[in-house]
Formats: sequence, C-alpha cells, structure tokens
Amino acid sequence: MPAEATGQGAGPVLTVRNLRAYYQMRYFGIFREVRAVDDISLEIGRNEIYGLAGESSSGKTSFIKAIAAANRPPLNIVGGSVRYSFLDRDIFRLDPQTLAAVRWKHLGYIMQGSMNVLNPVRRIRESFVDFAFRHIGLPKAQFFALVAAHLERLHLPPDVLRAYPHELSGGMRQRVTIALATICRPEFIIADEPTTALDVVVQKGVLGMIREAQQEIGSSILFVTHDMAVHANMADRLGIMYAGRLVEEGPTRTIFAEPLHPYTAHLIQSLPRIGDLAPKKALGGAPPNLAEPPPGCRFHPRCPLAMDICRRETPALTTLAPGHRVACFAASPEVRPAPPDEDAGRADGREAALQPAEGR
Amino acid sequence: MLAILRDLLRYNREFAAGTVLTAIVVGMAVLSAFSPYPPGDIYVVAPDLPPSWDHPFGTTSQGQDTFWLLTYALRNTLLFGFSVAILSRLISLLVGMLSGYKGGATDRVLMSINDTFIVMPLFPLLVLFYFVMRDDMTWALLALVMALLGWAYDARLIRSVMMSLRTREFTRTAVFSGMRTDQIVIREHMPYVLPIVFSTTLNNINWSIGLEVTLSVLGFTDIETPTVGTMIFWANQHSALVFGTWWWVVFPTLLVTVTFIGLFLLAVSMNEYIDPRSRLSRMGGGVA
Amino acid sequence: MSADLLSVERVTKVYARGGLFGRGAFRAVDGVSFALDADRPEIFAIVGESGSGKTTLSRMILNLVAPTAGAIRFRGQDVAHIRGGRARSAFMGAVQPIFQNPFEAFNPLKRIDRYLLMTARRFRGARGQEAERLADDALRKVGLSFAEVRGRFPHELSGGQLQRVAIARALIPGPALLVADEPVSMVDASLRMAIVSLFRALRDDLRVSIIYITHDLATAYYISDRIIIMQKGKVVESGDARAVLDNPQHPYSILLKESVLSPDTIGEGILGKRPPATVDAR
Ligand SMILES: Nc1ncnc2c1ncn2[C@@H]1O[C@H](COP(=O)(O)OP(=O)(O)OP(=O)(O)O)[C@@H](O)[C@H]1O
Ligand SMILES: Nc1ncnc2c1ncn2[C@@H]1O[C@H](COP(=O)(O)OP(=O)(O)OP(=O)(O)O)[C@@H](O)[C@H]1O
Ligand code: SF4
Ligand SMILES: [Mg+2]
Ligand SMILES: [Mg+2]
Repeated sequence: MPAEATGQGAGPVLTVRNLRAYYQMRYFGIFREVRAVDDISLEIGRNEIYGLAGESSSGKTSFIKAIAAANRPPLNIVGGSVRYSFLDRDIFRLDPQTLAAVRWKHLGYIMQGSMNVLNPVRRIRESFVDFAFRHIGLPKAQFFALVAAHLERLHLPPDVLRAYPHELSGGMRQRVTIALATICRPEFIIADEPTTALDVVVQKGVLGMIREAQQEIGSSILFVTHDMAVHANMADRLGIMYAGRLVEEGPTRTIFAEPLHPYTAHLIQSLPRIGDLAPKKALGGAPPNLAEPPPGCRFHPRCPLAMDICRRETPALTTLAPGHRVACFAASPEVRPAPPDEDAGRADGREAALQPAEGR
Repeated sequence: MLAILRDLLRYNREFAAGTVLTAIVVGMAVLSAFSPYPPGDIYVVAPDLPPSWDHPFGTTSQGQDTFWLLTYALRNTLLFGFSVAILSRLISLLVGMLSGYKGGATDRVLMSINDTFIVMPLFPLLVLFYFVMRDDMTWALLALVMALLGWAYDARLIRSVMMSLRTREFTRTAVFSGMRTDQIVIREHMPYVLPIVFSTTLNNINWSIGLEVTLSVLGFTDIETPTVGTMIFWANQHSALVFGTWWWVVFPTLLVTVTFIGLFLLAVSMNEYIDPRSRLSRMGGGVA
Repeated sequence: MSADLLSVERVTKVYARGGLFGRGAFRAVDGVSFALDADRPEIFAIVGESGSGKTTLSRMILNLVAPTAGAIRFRGQDVAHIRGGRARSAFMGAVQPIFQNPFEAFNPLKRIDRYLLMTARRFRGARGQEAERLADDALRKVGLSFAEVRGRFPHELSGGQLQRVAIARALIPGPALLVADEPVSMVDASLRMAIVSLFRALRDDLRVSIIYITHDLATAYYISDRIIIMQKGKVVESGDARAVLDNPQHPYSILLKESVLSPDTIGEGILGKRPPATVDAR
C-alpha cells in the first residue's frame, strides 16, 4: 500500500498542527458550533507515552477522534493537519479502505466507554474474529491461541471468549476492548480512559502490560485519563487541556512539581490521597460553554489570577523552558497574545455561533 | 423526513436506483386502474401480435393485451408480497418482542415453536398445501399461509435485539424513572426494533413474490388470478417460446426481475440508513 | 428492634453458566451481610476486585436481580417480595440508582431531558413547568441547569456532564438511599471531588444514605463512613472506612492499598522500566 511507507527516522511519530475540530450543527436554521478542539499543535515521539488530562468535556475525546480520523459529522475537521510517520500523507487524506487497515494494524484505538462498543449479541470470540482475524493472518487455531495468550496478560481467563458482553463485569469488558485494540501490536496506541473500570490491582497489572508491550514493540502511546496518579506513573510527558485548547505541556515531573498554568495547578492540588482528609476546593464557576467560549483566555471567568489582558486576548502556547509550553499571561511576560484566528468571522465566538450557516 | 429522503436520493446511489426501479413497477401496477380491458376477459384483441404502437408488449395467444394484463399481474403480485410481509411482520414483532423481553418460560415456549417453523421445508409444504386445497386455493389463502410460514426467522432476530436491549443500562434508568413496561418497550426499544422490521419487510416481499412466482409458474396456485407467475404459467402452457410469442414470457420476467432488484437495492440502502449503529454514527455518536 | 434502612442478610447470587470460570454454578456474590441504620445516614463504600460481585450486589439491592439465597430488606420489607405497581413505585422513589457508565445510562436515541421530566412526573406528580423546575433544581445541585440539557442527546454531552445528569435524575424523587456504582470513574479529578463532596452534602443535608461502589480508594477514604472490601464474591474486610484503609488486615486489602498509584511516585518505575523517548520533548 503506497500510503504506508514507513519512515523509520528519529522524528516524531505523530505531528499535529493547528488542529481544529468543531461540532457543527443546525437546529431549525440556527447554526451552532461547539469548538471542541481549537488550534492544538503537538508532537509525540517514538516510544513515548504522552498523557492528556483536562476537565470533563474539555475536548479530549474529540481531539482523539480527530487525530484517529474517527470523527463523524457533526464533528468536522475545520483546519490543521495530522501526520503519522508511518503514513506518507495526512491521515485525513487516506481513502476509507486504507484508513480501516491502518486503524487496526498501525493505530490501536481504545475508545472511551468502549466496553459498550462490544456487540451485545455476539460472543467475545466472534468480536475477535470480526475485528482482528483478517489482520493477523494466522490459521484459526493459532489465532485463538494468540488471543488467549494476550488475554492472559490482561489477567483474563480464556473462558471470556465464550461469554456475551453482558455476562462480564465492567472491568472485564474494558480489558477485552484493550485486548482487541492491542492484539495487532500497533505502532501507535490511542487510549481514551482505558482503565477507569478496573480495580487498582488489575489496573496496575494492565498498565504494566501496556507498558511492557510498548517497550517490546517500541510503540508510542497517547493516553487520556482523569486519574492524575496514572499519568504520574505512566506518562513521559503531559498535556493539559482546557475548553478545547492545550493550555500546558511538559515533562510529567515538571508538570507535577511546578505547574505554571493556574488550571493545572488546581488540578494537581485537588488530587485526593489516602490518609488525606483536607477539604479540596472545587473550581468555582461552571465549565465554559464551548458553543460560546469566553473571549480572551477561556479560563479567565474562573481564574484566580485573571488580569485585564486575559479578558481581551488569548494567550499563545509559549515555550518557557525546554519542553515546557504554557498558555497563560501570568506565567511569564514572554507569553504573548495568540494571533487572531485566520478566518476573521470566527474571531468573536458569540457571533459566529449564532450566524446562520452559509452554503452548508 | 423529506430532507432525509432527499439526501438519500442525492447521496446514496443504491437508494436512487432502487427507487427508480420500484417506481417503474409500482407505476405500472397503478396503471391497471386505467386498463381498457378487464383482466379476466380473453380474445378481446387479435391474438399473437408482436409489440407495436397499439400493443406495446404485444398480445397473447389468448387474445389479451400483454401490457395491460401485466399491469394487473404486477398489481396482484405486489399486493400479494405486501400482504404477506405485513402479516408476517406483525407476527414476528409480537413473538420476538414478547419472547425477548419476558424471557424465561415464555421465551422457551415461543422459541421452540419458532424453531419448528424455521426448520420446516417450505416449498414441499406449499406444494402439498396446493394438492390438499386444489380448487379452494385462493390468492388470499396463499398469502395467509405464507405469512404463517415466513415470520420465524425474523422473530428470532427481533428477540435477540430485545434481549440485548433488556440488559442495557438505559433500560434500568427508564425503569427507575418510573416508566411502565409498555412505555419502555414501545418508546425505548421500538426505535431499535423497527429498523429490523422495515428492512426485513422489503426482503420478505421479495421472498414471497419469488415463492409465489415459482409456485405459479409450476401451476401450484390459483391460476385464474393474473399474477406475474400465472402469466408465465399460461405462456408456457401455450409454448410461447417455441411458438415465437416471446413477448408473452419476456416482459413478465423482465418486470419481476426489475421488482426484485429494485426492492433489493432499497432494502440494502435502507438497512444501512436505518441501522441504529450507523444512524448513531451519522448523528455523531461515540460508538462504532 | 433497631430500625434498619437496609439490611443485607447472607446474600448469595449464583449464576448458572456453562463454562465461564467454573463448571456449572458460579458464585458472583457469596454470603454478604451488612446493614444501614435508618437514623444515621451514611456513605457506605464497597470496593474490591474487578468482577468480585459489586455490581451484582448493587443490582440485588435495587431489586433488579433476585438473590439466590439470603434476603435484602429495605425498611424491614424483603425487596424480593415487592409486588405490584404501587409498591414498586414507592420502592423506586426511595431507592435510586446511579450507574457505572454514564454513556450507557441514557438511551442513545432519546433526548435526556425526557428521563428527568418523566421521573419528576412519576414520583413527584409534577407536569410541565413544575416538572421542569424540579429537574432544574436537581440539576443545579450538580452544577448544571435544565437549559443546558434541554433537547440534547446523550452523545452531545461529555461523560462528566452525563454522569451529573444521572445523579440529578436520581435526586428528583427525594430518595432515602442512593446506590451509586462507580459514579465518578469517568470524571476529572476536580469534578470527582465535587461529586463526592456532593454525596457528603446529600448525606448531611438531605439525610440520604449512599452506597458508594468505587475503585478509587482515595475518594472512598475521603467521604465514606464505613467500607467493605470484596474479593471473589466475599467480603474480606469491613469496618470503619478510615481505620480499614489506614491499616488494612486482610492480605487482599493490603495488596489493594499497595497497588494504589500515587501521584507522588513520578517515574519511580512502579510500572516497569522507563524507556528513554527518542524524541526530545520540545
Ligand atoms: N455529538 C456532539 N454534538 C455536540 N456537541 C458535542 C458532541 N459530542 C461532544 N460534544 C461537546 O463537545 C465538548 C467536548 O466533548 P468531549 O467528549 O471531547 O470531552 P472530554 O474532554 O472527552 O470529556 P470527558 O472527560 O468527560 O470524557 C463537550 O462540551 C461536549 O458537550
Ligand atoms: N448476567 C450474568 N450472567 C453470568 N455471569 C454474570 C452476569 N453478570 C455478572 N456475571 C459475573 O459475575 C461476576 C461479578 O460481576 P460484577 O459485575 O458484579 O463485578 P464487579 O465487582 O462489579 O466488577 P467491576 O469492578 O469490574 O465492575 C463476574 O465474574 C461476571 O462475569
Ligand atoms: S491567561 Fe489570565 S485568565 Fe488565563 S489562566 Fe492565565 S492568568 Fe488566568
Ligand atoms: Mg472523553
Ligand atoms: Mg461493576
């Protein structure tokens, strides 16, 4: 396949540039746009585990759908590019067949809430045949031996293959979907909340397994979870999202030790620990409505450090230390306002959101 | 709804082609209302004429105008398929939903009946039925019998969907929101089941038309009622192909083929549209 | 006799299964007992192994699944004997669930507000404006408003938003007991604390007892009064939440506590060797 020329260089495996993905809907003639992913750029290197954290509904899942080209209307890619080193072109330019093949062979995608994606009337074994059999290219008997061995590593007995999804506990189903996404040993694994339904013992085992597999195959992982403790122990680098934007990014240790963005700082402070009964402050105010995001820095209505400029200008994601990028005016005077959106009609979210769609 | 149809026509080739083909067939069936000749009468025109401006599809050896006869035949055939489909859908819906939602003993009893019907050899049974009934065999009776024979497979399908819906968490949310069982089944579950009913309707129409044509061509039905099958039967009786009156066989065959293809294309494209999973993904849902 | 709100008495659930894990019968829940006091609302945490029967136990309490042996009494009445529309409705008004997975809690093809309004109508007899007001009140308790969810489909909200809607819905009938199965597993740390703090407020202000099933020992420690730890269908340890978690006795409880990942062990190799990334962070 021409689209899969593998460039084994030392460059990043994934390069995202200025990605925008909006939910674009039309209700009774009124155009509504939810800017779930707004101008995100990042790179993920070979063998790297990149953790993505952020508030609920900050657009993490939308971002992941976009970079896996798994977005469906109304989530549309409005701008930007997503390139993988194992593809010879932007992922959005692949034809559907190639994309489907790439999805299983090179890109393992564990969806959020994916335990519900399992077809309820098919046994687990049939799901494995449906999704993975073709790509593995082994005879049936060997294929199932491989599947059983893989399940074993996830602490699942081979018997689950004979069960229907509803006969398994939430954690078991979640591991089944992890197994499905990783059985083809993809080079890039995208995992959206893959361990939320697991007990901590199994979670540790599964994370260890993912880790091991990653070292073995040399794959890279983009890992989304709300569990900052998991990030602390898994991720090499962390990105923090707020309201559709990447607001801070840096090595895990730096993010935990010296978060520069007020939202990150809040996130780190609010972590509960066993033995800790100190009351935790919840963030005041409501999460921003992404259909009408606040002007300027999107965090300003809830930010303890908000200044005048924050209400007017959007801070650009600025590199302040090697590998540490922050989008906050209070972090350093080096942080400048981001250039206005290239398409001027969108500069004011409020108006754009209410404008009727043209030519759609 | 109209917008959906328009989009389907515009973007889905199968749907567009299926619509056109089905429209041709239905259009012809509707024309039967304007036929200058009653369908039962014979020797109303000169026999054995080849297609011409006066008789676009020629005339039969029995002195009927092939075109106008065919409009009746199509009407009857379509009505037949439709009646069988509606009746059998009702049965499969009832059995499938009851069985799937109730589970337990109800399910076991219904499904053993169901499985008996599934394994029953259809064709010999229908032929046997003809030999028992002979002259009492009517069009409506055949439709009823075929409906009784044609529901089992889809009932099983509906049952399995119901069973999985019953275990879904949102069913429990509905229960704890105080919805009654009938509300849950009708409001929450129907949207998942109806698509199956729709898509199987088209397939079932095809199935019953095919069976009817086969039976008729062989003469195992009420041969006095003009249907596409009985038309071919009479043509064969008069050795139309040997005799050179090919139009008597070719046009009915052509139109029944068009019917099959049209309905099949519609079923395929509707299937894709109606399936809740793909519908969800079109709505931008997170699954699939 | 002390007034128990809920008493779970040697409850066992056996699934008959050809094959999965065992020959024939499989004990998903095995002789579990505990009781909640009616006068002292509390947050009762159930933690434990994945597949240890926590969800099964909660379903039995909710009267969705019948126990194979033992009994569950709610206000003295065996829930398995609740029959008839009125009794069931009264039970459901008093015991409401919050499910594990917010993406599954609402029918993907239906608008969410419908569940809120239906609940208000069925359990509070409210219609129209009044029902909307009740729904709005409940939503405000969880940091949302009716305007935000009106007419929306589940897939239009994020996991955290959905879970808060699910909690709000459960609050509408004014229940005495909430059974929450992993209610915070899908929400961010900040919101997670907000929701568990909300639970605490519900307990203190509305005097609602809450059964809190979770894998997050830290929040269990933070809000629970008592805790049970389950493994393979059995309760292996129980008691005061802080005491148990501070000083677990049973080997599984100890393992559980040891396996909790701490945000303070950055890169200490708990999960295995840390390979160097080939591309320098930029
Ligand atoms: N299909 C949709 N139509 C309209 N808006 C949507 C749709 N799906 C998501 N959104 C909105 O997009 C925003 C981002 O949602 P997304 O699911 O990406 O968040 P998230 O960061 O993954 O949150 P969580 O951690 O809770 O899963 C939310 O405000 C959500 O309401
Ligand atoms: N309907 C069913 N039929 C057969 N077995 C079942 C059924 N439901 C659950 N089980 C089994 O019962 C056991 C307990 O499942 P349960 O869902 O109660 O676990 P859990 O403690 O909630 O786990 P998790 O933390 O992963 O959600 C599992 O082994 C599961 O496979
Ligand atoms: S830019 Fe201003 S409002 Fe935004 S986070 Fe920094 S200080 Fe707060
Ligand atoms: Mg998400
Ligand atoms: Mg569970």
